[in-house]
Amino acid sequence: MTATVAPPPSGPVPYEQEFALRLLADMVRIRRMEEACAQRYGEGRIRGFLHLYIGEEAVATGAMHALGAQDNVVATYREHGHALLRGVSMAAIMAEMFGRREGCSRGRGGSMHLFDAATRFFGGNAIVGGGLPLAVGLALAAKMQGEGRVTACFFGEGAVAEGAFHESMNLAALWGLPVAFLCENNLYAMGTALARSESRTDLCAKAEVFGMPALRADGMDVVAVHEAARQAVAQVREGGGPVFVEFQTYRFRAHSMFDPELYRDRAEVEAWKTRGPIHTYSARLKAQGLLDEERFLALDRAAEEEVAEATAFAESAALEPVEDLLRDVCTPPEAGP
Amino acid sequence: MSPTRMSYREALRAALREAMQRDPRVFLMGEDVGRYGGTYAVSKGLLEEFGAERIRDTPLSELAFVGAGIGAALGGMRPIVEVMTVNFSLLALDQIVNTAAALRHMSGGQFSVPLVIRMATGAGRQLAAQHSHSLENWYAHIPGIRVLAPATIEDARAMLWPALRDPDPVVIFEHAQLYNLEEDLPAHWESNADISHARVRRNGTDLSLLAWGGCLGKALEAAALLEGEGISAEVIDLRVLRPLDMDTVLASVRRTHRAVVVDEGWRSGSLAGELLARIAEESFYDLDAAPARVCSQEVPIPYAKHLEDAALPQVPMIAAAARRVAGRDA
Repeated sequence: MTATVAPPPSGPVPYEQEFALRLLADMVRIRRMEEACAQRYGEGRIRGFLHLYIGEEAVATGAMHALGAQDNVVATYREHGHALLRGVSMAAIMAEMFGRREGCSRGRGGSMHLFDAATRFFGGNAIVGGGLPLAVGLALAAKMQGEGRVTACFFGEGAVAEGAFHESMNLAALWGLPVAFLCENNLYAMGTALARSESRTDLCAKAEVFGMPALRADGMDVVAVHEAARQAVAQVREGGGPVFVEFQTYRFRAHSMFDPELYRDRAEVEAWKTRGPIHTYSARLKAQGLLDEERFLALDRAAEEEVAEATAFAESAALEPVEDLLRDVCTPPEAGP
Repeated sequence: MSPTRMSYREALRAALREAMQRDPRVFLMGEDVGRYGGTYAVSKGLLEEFGAERIRDTPLSELAFVGAGIGAALGGMRPIVEVMTVNFSLLALDQIVNTAAALRHMSGGQFSVPLVIRMATGAGRQLAAQHSHSLENWYAHIPGIRVLAPATIEDARAMLWPALRDPDPVVIFEHAQLYNLEEDLPAHWESNADISHARVRRNGTDLSLLAWGGCLGKALEAAALLEGEGISAEVIDLRVLRPLDMDTVLASVRRTHRAVVVDEGWRSGSLAGELLARIAEESFYDLDAAPARVCSQEVPIPYAKHLEDAALPQVPMIAAAARRVAGRDA
């Protein structure tokens, strides 16, 4: 079976050099961090589920740069990159993967449950579709309090089969809530292809059912992602109610570290790799004279150094004492909100 | 001040009104809470008083609007989510169990969820299997939430405000048979009620009857019946189903040396079972007789009146269990 994919993203990058390179550097940071995670997983240092985002970096990168500090972010269990670009330190993310107290969830959450109150990062949610109602509520609170916050809600295309998706989309549209529904369509819900699970595979049509504006963007092209996300976020911020965006992307690695990938052809994966977000974007930047090999190597080296420092931090970080096992099941009286 | 006569429904409404007036972050959302006035007429008139922003009718989307309540709580509001009945709360269990209850611990203490969920529970009105569940025990099983069961006018009036002040999720069960109950609200009722402890509703010396919610009245009736037979039953209203106030329960059992639990839930895996296990674990040598429980029959609750009655704990069964435990059934 030969997979046919669209040609690699191309065309001019419409940004100043500094921002253009920031996007590249952030994609590389996610890639290098997750490669290190996979390696540590292989060594048995990271356990549990580990869902890698490798191949999909353009989505989190382009979208996260469209948000402001006041905005809310709700993500899925494949959220390492989202947390990192939202501003959670790589050290805190790595320490969480290592199950350490210095982890961003004190070692209680692991890979799937990264949280950070300071950056309004409302988590890693390991129930498919589980984040959507939460995002609707965050947006409701923002609207009732007259705050200009946008809630960005990331989810995979697998979530559109869940009742939570339809209920949440309806509620957000009905109440005109400031949510950007950002659907990362990587074509497979674990091993189930979209066409094998949806009677209608046009995801934007599902949003339009609720009277919600819907956009579609090439999720392998950080420029297309950023432009679509900017447009959606601006529209939501202006008070126009929720907007849905489908990012068409592809994961290069298995669903999780337990996945033998029996459901897709190697050729399909290889074909999608020709559309890889980092090398295609780098080539465009080089063609425009915004990047040369030396510069690429420098930002790659910086990412590797960040990963090395984060990993060293995680390895030396303390474990939560077992005596604190029950801590934070309930809020201590003095710490109430 | 003299006591005020009011219904359970009116007490709940007064509590909602007080909360809305005291805290602008509080709002009520749920199916038919506004225009319709609430399925059990609890929120009747509140839409006119507080407007559609704060008395918010929702679509029939339990999963989404309970989850939205969690999100709104995280976003700085103090939502009260009314789920019409516990039966429909099953559609929202994912959000309650996987998010509301787990979020604080799972986030390393970063995110508390100050959410109140109210729901009607229980059988007794010939509504058949899908509208008659008593699943309080399911919620009482889950770490991270507080579960309340107001059984009196005073608790209906007083428990909501402290529940809203709790930084963590609170689930309040209102037994559907209680809405029409009329009692005097004592003049001294406290608007910042204790939501941590059980209460002795009737003092007695021969055995402890433990009950809550819709079964409290039945336990008190049984105690009155037993008194005529010379058996002095103490009645404990559990009030708080999680965390359990075992100090009050055990103090009573250590005085009476005998215990009977009344629970409208099914026997297998019931809260009654948990209470008896803890009594056995912690007060085994204080007991003068094997304890007992009166639970619902293990059957989907049927429609026909005589069958429904037979399926649920009733006063004669409670009295009979009490006589057995008291060694007076001969």
